[in-house]
Amino acid sequence: MISATPESFLERLPLLVGDLIARVVPASLLWFVTSLIAIVAILAVFGLLFAFLTLAERKILGRIQNRPGPNRTGYFGLLQPFADGIKMIIKEDIVPRDADKVLHYLAPVVLVSLALMTFAVLPFGRHLVPVELDSAVLYFFAAGAATELAVFMAGWASHNKYSLLAAMRALAQLISYELPLLLSVVPVVMLAGTLSTTGIVAAQGGWKYGLIPHWYVLTPWGFAGFLIFFTAALAESNRSPFDLPEAESELIAGHLTEYSGFKYALFFMAEYFGMTALCGMGVTLYLGGWQAPCAFLEIIPSYLWFLAKLLTLLVLFMWIRGTLPRLRIDQLTRFAWKFLVPLALINLGTVAFWHLTLGWGGALQLARWALAIAFVVGPFVLMGRRLSAGVAPRTYRYAP
Amino acid sequence: MTAILAFIALVMLGSAAAAMISRNLVHSALLLALSWLGTAGFYLWAGADFAAFAQVIVYVGAVSMVVLFAVLLTRQNPVGDVLVEPASRKRSTAALSVGACVAAVLSAAVMSSSFPPASVAAPTATVKQIGLELMGPYGAALLIVGVLLTVALLGAIVLAASEPERNPEDAP
Amino acid sequence: MLGSGILQGLAVTARNLVGSFHDPARYTTQEYPEVLPTLPENYRNFPFLITENATDPMGTLRCVACQICEKECPPQCIYIEKSKDKKPDANGKMQLYPAVFDIDTSVCMSCQICVEVCPFDAIKMDQVFAIAATDRFTGLLLDRAQLAKPNTYYHSIHPTEATEVDARLAEEKRIAEEKAKAAAAAKAAAPAKPLPGGQAPAGQPGGTGQPPPKAASAPVAPAPQPPPPAAPGS
Repeated sequence: MISATPESFLERLPLLVGDLIARVVPASLLWFVTSLIAIVAILAVFGLLFAFLTLAERKILGRIQNRPGPNRTGYFGLLQPFADGIKMIIKEDIVPRDADKVLHYLAPVVLVSLALMTFAVLPFGRHLVPVELDSAVLYFFAAGAATELAVFMAGWASHNKYSLLAAMRALAQLISYELPLLLSVVPVVMLAGTLSTTGIVAAQGGWKYGLIPHWYVLTPWGFAGFLIFFTAALAESNRSPFDLPEAESELIAGHLTEYSGFKYALFFMAEYFGMTALCGMGVTLYLGGWQAPCAFLEIIPSYLWFLAKLLTLLVLFMWIRGTLPRLRIDQLTRFAWKFLVPLALINLGTVAFWHLTLGWGGALQLARWALAIAFVVGPFVLMGRRLSAGVAPRTYRYAP
Repeated sequence: MTAILAFIALVMLGSAAAAMISRNLVHSALLLALSWLGTAGFYLWAGADFAAFAQVIVYVGAVSMVVLFAVLLTRQNPVGDVLVEPASRKRSTAALSVGACVAAVLSAAVMSSSFPPASVAAPTATVKQIGLELMGPYGAALLIVGVLLTVALLGAIVLAASEPERNPEDAP
Repeated sequence: MLGSGILQGLAVTARNLVGSFHDPARYTTQEYPEVLPTLPENYRNFPFLITENATDPMGTLRCVACQICEKECPPQCIYIEKSKDKKPDANGKMQLYPAVFDIDTSVCMSCQICVEVCPFDAIKMDQVFAIAATDRFTGLLLDRAQLAKPNTYYHSIHPTEATEVDARLAEEKRIAEEKAKAAAAAKAAAPAKPLPGGQAPAGQPGGTGQPPPKAASAPVAPAPQPPPPAAPGS
């Protein structure tokens, strides 16, 4: 079995490919060619991942709902994404007569391009970062924040008051959940000491006794931070239970109502790319990126570990979609501002405590853990009780 | 290098000019956002990537939203176009003369100031250095800005939360 | 605690997800063309004609072209042309038969009135629903050959009805035969009795004329009763 320690062949494959290209291509064009290859690779890999994610989502949701999901096109429905793609491409592209043609055309383009730009700073493997930036996390969220403008453009350009209303609601949701998202990233940056994604992954390296990794999700504050990040990521990519902007039973398709054919496919693609990128960032920040869970599991190359963790998070997204009902707009904004933001701020305090008590040794480590867990669980339970007073738990009385 | 700077300047200034000229208010707001993106590109060209990404997050991601909400919630005309009165020659002469005065003042200021030659290497400020600067010498400024933002947020909450007095006989 | 409901919900859906691979109660889909649905016995779709004998379908139709179903059909989707000649039926009596018997299934509303009024149990309801055709007027207009199906087929789709109909028809046949035997015995005994001149020879053709209508009317009276209990049940 080929071992994949940092010096093994499978790990160094990207470096070897880079050397090969450097030898073939003249130096003046080298940067251009490597960037082009990185772009094509990301488009190909994540395009295929998007295609099979749609299929996986439909099959998983189907199995959750006691039915098979698509299984007629090809074995187990494997050709379904391509059939969907063909259908989307050959559909008629309808633009409303009074719509703002330029904005109507630009909105999906801007959305997809910004969603794709966020992939540039994710460390897919030990030697597989497309762009190594000093402020990579900030770049990621900058590109994500700019996608909100495209949502507004889509709603406004459709010249449809319901689309505009839905776009406003979608914007309110996106802005509300930006804050917990960024606040849950701040503790990680604080502890890792850098905004660079490769630095953050490196800070989570190493194993205690060779078995327990130093991933941030395995600390009390990290677990809370990961849950907040995960919830905010669900809301930022408009997934259930926060999929009010694109729900079919509300305002038809929200800001996407007037889009048909390939533009709708582009919106769909942008949502899945955003979801994948946010899961990738979650993996990087909290789940240790491309690090293996145990020392001896480094046999498997780092990019496969990243892919495994990414797929786990995506399946978790789909599982939650199949389970939870949709939240109303006032429920989700209240959830963001009154629950997630205070918890994220308290989490910052917990992280500061954790960082300052790094030197506590021996028995004091137990005290440190106990206090950190208390700081995390206490506010959660208290705020949960206060906010759901009078609402939950419901007692059901059935007719005898 | 200057070609890239010329292109960024074209985007920045051109979109700002188009935002001024455009009759459609929402188009103006979006072109303004494009101008902010151009500014972010300028920061990137100058090597200040932290400032560039912060510019995108704050301006394009948040302030443009505020501008758009303000535009949409305070519209008087049902159609987006702004009505233009006649007498355009008087307005254009006034515009040109004011523009020429401003240009004269600015170019005089630029020409008369001295730009010392830059040091050998441009300073590369990592995020860590920026953070240390913000916490240290510029700590007071950071705290004042924080207080300002908190006051604004509290004011917004108070304004949004207070309901006007209702006459109980009116419809709810 | 906040979130406990969510975790319980996640557990339920996980059980569904994993159970759908091995537990039939958690995978309720019947994948249609490979697995046909089990239809209840009283399910009905479009009518068909019963033939006694599968080897000679056109010759053994129970239908005698009385045209009652054609007149009673509410959307008037049955078209019958009587034949010019007669053929013996199951009881040996000469009956007409339908030369043309068309049902327009695009018009038929499956009300089963034709079945209820048929005095000869010749038309019954079929259960075939996969009759899609590309052309409405040729594909969905079923003629006599397409409508004729054997009695064994009727047994296979409506077993209880079929056994009951067969029992009744056998009973009628038995009564008819007994009556015929009694009439033949009476005919054999009649020439021994001296009667006024014109009556005895005239009585014989008249005699054979009268008892069969009575024998035919006797089965008609009980015949309408069994279908009504079947009709509300179907």
